[in-house]
Amino acid sequence: MSGDAGTGKHVSACSGPADFGRFVRAHGGSRALVVQPRMGFGTPAEMRTGLLATKYADARTVGTITLDSYTRVGELGAVDRALRDGMALNGYPLVTHDRATTTAVLAGIVDAGFPVQVRHGSAVPHDIFAALVAMRMNATEGGPVSYCLPYGRTALAQSVRNWAECAERFAGLREFGVEPHLETFGGCLLGQLCPPSQLVAMSVLEALFFFAHGIRSLSVSYAQQTNLDQDVEAVFALRRLCAELLPVENWHVVIYAYMGLYPTTDAGAYRLLGQAAELAVTTGSERMIVKTVAESRRIPTIGENVAALEHASAAGTAAAPGGGPPEGDSQTYREAAALVEAVLNLDEDIGRALLTAFARGYLDIPYCLHPDNRGRTRSYLDEQGRLQWADLGSLPLSPVVRSGRGRRVTSSSLLADLSYMQRKFDSPWPDSGRGPARSVRTGQRGVGR
Amino acid sequence: MKPDEVLARAAAAPVRHRGTVVVSGVASDSHTWNLVFLQLVIEELGYTVVNLGPCVPDEVLVERTTALLPELLVLSSVNGHGYQDGLRVVRALRAAPELVATPMVIGGKLDISAEFDPRRVAELAEAGFDAVFPDNGGGLAAFRRFVDTFPAAPRLTTDSGLPG
Repeated sequence: MSGDAGTGKHVSACSGPADFGRFVRAHGGSRALVVQPRMGFGTPAEMRTGLLATKYADARTVGTITLDSYTRVGELGAVDRALRDGMALNGYPLVTHDRATTTAVLAGIVDAGFPVQVRHGSAVPHDIFAALVAMRMNATEGGPVSYCLPYGRTALAQSVRNWAECAERFAGLREFGVEPHLETFGGCLLGQLCPPSQLVAMSVLEALFFFAHGIRSLSVSYAQQTNLDQDVEAVFALRRLCAELLPVENWHVVIYAYMGLYPTTDAGAYRLLGQAAELAVTTGSERMIVKTVAESRRIPTIGENVAALEHASAAGTAAAPGGGPPEGDSQTYREAAALVEAVLNLDEDIGRALLTAFARGYLDIPYCLHPDNRGRTRSYLDEQGRLQWADLGSLPLSPVVRSGRGRRVTSSSLLADLSYMQRKFDSPWPDSGRGPARSVRTGQRGVGR
Repeated sequence: MKPDEVLARAAAAPVRHRGTVVVSGVASDSHTWNLVFLQLVIEELGYTVVNLGPCVPDEVLVERTTALLPELLVLSSVNGHGYQDGLRVVRALRAAPELVATPMVIGGKLDISAEFDPRRVAELAEAGFDAVFPDNGGGLAAFRRFVDTFPAAPRLTTDSGLPG
């Protein structure tokens, strides 16, 4: 059962929805974990069923409405056609369904004990934010870089403009007594093979961007990567940089369960999810977004999502206490701080700073093919499964990274790295340690999923 | 690498350079890792690769391919719409006079079925592709062999006058 029993009853009549950020900070952190699915359905009835199942899962949960991919790219005509012809959509078409429909979906579900976040993935999100503001829906996510460079071809400068306008419009919700919350997607980027320091830096920079455009309730993401020790170090670095740089207290960390090629076995998927929960609890992270056993195959069912929420919550409760943040500056902290500092020094306007940074290669996402990404950095997994730089390109990291040049990434080494977690967690002999069995036996399976 | 950099590098290329191959996603597909992987495979076979990335609109693909006039154009799609997207874009590509004889191939997970229908392979070939490499059935190994024996074999097939 999620939510405080009865808290909803005490909300005064005039108040809008609860602040997502304040809710998560109240119920997550200090070894407690708020868990959340990725979930979106085209029909109002299914969407409502999914939200109800999330609300009443045996875990402290928040709800998700994931939008369909036509809405994400602004092809609203395709949404109309799909709804008219009864074609299934892969998410909830928030912009197209009328307000009464969405109000009915949420009625009796959203309350002070169960906030709901809208997730999309758009570099052109004006229609989405307009719908959010009209509906007084006050939690969503994204970012000028993280929703642009990894997907499609929207120019980065355009995405920066779009996100600045939309964040300011969203901040206008405060005029109605509603606190808007934004989560950075910068801790994910291409989902795998970006060294953690740049994920941390991007999340911090996007949070600063949101703050500059009026948002005061923030969360910063970090996606589980390939080595638990390195991930723990990264999340502590993220927390420290946020504490040092964000001018608000109302921020929290959200961990995404692994976003790369997922294990194909149920046992492997659950062990990987459990490790993400361990990462979250060890680092004092307040919230976690789960993945399901169906991840490698198809869009998960509501039941699979509930099972994942409950598994993650239980794994978080059972995780051994961590040792707290590292003494001194970790390697990930040094790199992330150097990236953030270099970017912030480029321009006092953070949007322009981000554009200049990508133009000069001070930020450069490995393997990202977007025309506005320099594409000169490369990365690889070392023998312990830690993500390392193979080529720094023009990143301002040469003073803090010892090696990092000249390692050749081949097609077979790339495949091995992309499928490393799937291989490791599908193995019937669970690894006691955190190191890889670095074989290439799965060949080309999984590329391009 | 940016197309301009590729052109600059190609102009100053060493003698062993086998030429330029364009790798691209199709309009509706935002997947990247398949394109990154193919770039490395093709580079390892001795070519310079211009990777146009994911979600390339048809007109951009025609314009860039016409400007670069590569030895080979490789389209990859894994979101299940490659068959439709491929049929449409290859006709647009073949309609450009400069690209009538340019070797073009497509591969990946081209529809949402487990086994790609051989008739669809024939349709894609008829629409203008020189070869089709569905994900099922050893597509990658066949693709490697195809590129490695290049340009002799595909030149012959294109010169023999495919439609489009």
